[in-house]
Amino acid sequence: MKHKLLLAILLLFTNLYTWAQGGPAEMADVMRSNGKIYVVVAVILTIFAGIVIYLIRLDRKITKLEKQS
Amino acid sequence: MNKWWWKILSVCLLIYTIIAGLLFDVPKVMILNETIRNLYFHVCMWFSMMILFIVSVVNAVKYLRTNNLRYDILSRQYAVVGIVYGLLGYATGMIWASYTWADPNNPAGASFAAIAREPKLIGTGIALLIYAAYLVLRDSVSDLDKKARISSVYNIFAFAFLFPSIWIIPRLLPSLHPGGEGNPALNYNDIDARMRVVFYPAVLGWTLLGVWIASLKVRLNFLKEKTLLK
Repeated sequence: MKHKLLLAILLLFTNLYTWAQGGPAEMADVMRSNGKIYVVVAVILTIFAGIVIYLIRLDRKITKLEKQS
Repeated sequence: MNKWWWKILSVCLLIYTIIAGLLFDVPKVMILNETIRNLYFHVCMWFSMMILFIVSVVNAVKYLRTNNLRYDILSRQYAVVGIVYGLLGYATGMIWASYTWADPNNPAGASFAAIAREPKLIGTGIALLIYAAYLVLRDSVSDLDKKARISSVYNIFAFAFLFPSIWIIPRLLPSLHPGGEGNPALNYNDIDARMRVVFYPAVLGWTLLGVWIASLKVRLNFLKEKTLLK
């Protein structure tokens, strides 16, 4: 449930940027625009998501241990 | 501590920090250029480190007042995460300085000699070494109560030493590091409103992440020492 919530928030943000592009015949999508800074943002967010998922899993495991004892 | 809302808040704030920190408008400053965005990451490490060390010393005092080993575990784990944040702050500062302070026209050795003299680097180096000694001291005493008492007292000393080493001495000496004349990142001349919008949430987000990691280690240690705890 929590993962889905986080994912939904993430997707909301990406949506915002595609929406901000606009223009009539603009073919280039966000990830290819100007300095390609969005690619860097995506890479960092991916790494951060990995670390957070790892932390969430650890948290769950410890909660399970606490319930057992 | 087992509530989820503040962990979600931390993650949301950090996602915002990464997106806004890289994409939002920032002041155009010579030499710094785009590296001014490091404020959201490098400076936050030191802010969070300080907050984690405060939590650690408060728990050390609580241990000395109550002799409850729970507080000792809390104190130790918060100190460790604080040290990790300090090391990350140091490492990121190293990268940042090598592109803004180092003169590309001089040989690398000359630039290093200038940067290594920075009072802020030496001060934080000493402070982190003192905290590292805290861990060495702890693990060298085998008796549990003695270990807790000695390390709590030492923790208070280490915290007190943060003030001369990272707050006072670097402000008395000439330095390349900004913020020597006041509170870096807090006074209104250093960062403008555009950066404040990202910087304050970033500090909160990074601090909460540190608290989360520390709380995991604390809970694990509570389980391990279950039989000893009151």
